Amino acid sequence: MRRALPIFVVLAGLLVAIAIANPYFLEPPAFLAFVKRAAPLVILAAGQYFVIVSGEFDLSVGSLITAEVVIAARLIDGSAAATWPVLALLIVLGLLTGLVNGTVTTLLRVPSFITTLGMLLILSGAIFLWTGGAPRGALSPQFRELGRGSLGPVPWSVLILAAVAAAAICAMRAGFGHTLIAAGDNDRAAALSGVRVARVRTVAFMISGLSAAVAAILLGGFAGVSAQVGQGLEFQAITAVVLGGVALGGGRGSVVAAMAGAFTLEALFTLLNLYGISGAVEPAVQGVIIIAAVALGAVSLPRRRAAAAS
Amino acid sequence: MTQQLKLRRGGAEGSFLRRLSADRPARAVYVALALLIVLGWLLFALDGGRFLSQENIVGIQQRSAALGIVAVGQTLVILAGSLDLSVAYLISLTSLVAAEIMAGADGGVPAAVAAVLAVSATVGLVNGLIVTRLRVHAFIATLGVALIIRGALDERYDGPAGSVPESFQHLGYDRIGPIPVSALLWAAVAASAWLLLSRTRLGYRIYAVGGDAEVARLSGVRTERVVIAAHVLCSVCAGIAGLLLASRLGAGAPTVGTDGGYDLESIAAVVLGGTALAGGRGGVAGTVGGVLLLAVLDSIFNQLEVNSFAKDVVRGVVLVAALAIYARRRRTT
Repeated sequence: MRRALPIFVVLAGLLVAIAIANPYFLEPPAFLAFVKRAAPLVILAAGQYFVIVSGEFDLSVGSLITAEVVIAARLIDGSAAATWPVLALLIVLGLLTGLVNGTVTTLLRVPSFITTLGMLLILSGAIFLWTGGAPRGALSPQFRELGRGSLGPVPWSVLILAAVAAAAICAMRAGFGHTLIAAGDNDRAAALSGVRVARVRTVAFMISGLSAAVAAILLGGFAGVSAQVGQGLEFQAITAVVLGGVALGGGRGSVVAAMAGAFTLEALFTLLNLYGISGAVEPAVQGVIIIAAVALGAVSLPRRRAAAAS
Repeated sequence: MTQQLKLRRGGAEGSFLRRLSADRPARAVYVALALLIVLGWLLFALDGGRFLSQENIVGIQQRSAALGIVAVGQTLVILAGSLDLSVAYLISLTSLVAAEIMAGADGGVPAAVAAVLAVSATVGLVNGLIVTRLRVHAFIATLGVALIIRGALDERYDGPAGSVPESFQHLGYDRIGPIPVSALLWAAVAASAWLLLSRTRLGYRIYAVGGDAEVARLSGVRTERVVIAAHVLCSVCAGIAGLLLASRLGAGAPTVGTDGGYDLESIAAVVLGGTALAGGRGGVAGTVGGVLLLAVLDSIFNQLEVNSFAKDVVRGVVLVAALAIYARRRRTT
């Protein structure tokens, strides 16, 4: 928890800064809208956390999201009847992608950076090969309801986010979470004490794939169909997780802090917009803040040695 | 460390060939390259083309030069146990710096080249300092620097800018006999990196730091300086690639680096060449093989008129399969 504390302070500071610029921000509708906007990235960061804490990377989630949204649009093509089967298909596809990533990484011993980079190329190539370069079809209103609509005053995506967060916290408190962290901290020691490292890591990749599927369902509803919907999200998710104080290389950090990191990133974008910092400078400011945040985290807290050894 | 010892011994007694073959993964990639060339030759013959025609060979060299130069630089940082994700945006930036300073005049060329080298060395220095002094993981550090460069590019440019004089465009298009000037440039960069790694103190230290930074530090290597030097050299390579692309385009373009996907693609070429992503093992010879492999694959796709999206799929499969094979070999030996 000590390591996670800075990110909550930063998040609180950013929220206060937003509230000063826009007094309505802390009222329920505006705040819920903010959470709704942040939900896909937070869910994605939660999934990425499982992979990173186990000592690996998942670079394929961005193109997986694009692939899922494009597939959903093509298969549903506006028909309400197809909505639920396609939703199930998307979830299965996410899990399957994670299973392939995990199996190739653990059984074939390919570094996960390369496995998931290959998966990124394969997914984005295959999906555009299938659609011929431009996404076709349309999502049904029922599908989009999940990303856009709300139950009473609370958006569906906020409810889904709450469910995902609860599930992630439970998973990390259970035996699975402990073995996952042990595998990420020192996989040899974990293996010698009876952890099935390959299996635990594969499950982590499947969770990441699942989180990408859920994020894709929300983003498809929220933003609609485009070929750029998932672009760059893998880097944003990794950044969010690292902002939350989770060590690249595995074994350190909490899932709550990772999700707080994603909220912080989203709050940062909101703040930059509010202060009228044009779209062009936004990436530069983001870059400076990411480096600064990670550097501060690294200096003030005990550093893990030889993290890159694996 | 065994790699380093091997190289040292090679330096004392070995011939050029023995040294190359000491780099075992590099041999694997050249075997694969030879097989692919035979396959390409067969496919071209069936398709009614000539694989070994001058036109095709020049095409392969032209296509691979820019990626090759970046990948050589990337090899140095990866060997040192780091990583550089900022090269793509840096290439765009340096192409613009070059084209704007030249502004179509021959007299501007020396100043432009000097400015590009200065800009890229500075970016490399910043990368290296963030990684070593601020202790930020290279993945995040160079990603952050990439975002900063992107912000600067988005702010200042909407499209191509500046212009390159005719005399400088010779770099991109001329050739001496069957060999394009750009390929010679790539060969020169690769040869100097190879000399650096196999003959100089800095080269040995790069292997030592990448192999085990703590052991290197305890044996008296100033690890931080080595990592910084590797980053500076990598960025300078990206700057040279930016110059080459500017001379091809006749102008600077803010998207030339990212469109080419030079960041991830250069890392892919390096690991295809058998260099370990964790650092300390591998070399430039393998990287050159990896880049050529990708380029030959490309030319086969072009001849067969395969959809460009299918290329990505095959590339992904080749990349993962190659790494799986390397992992298997390493485990059995």
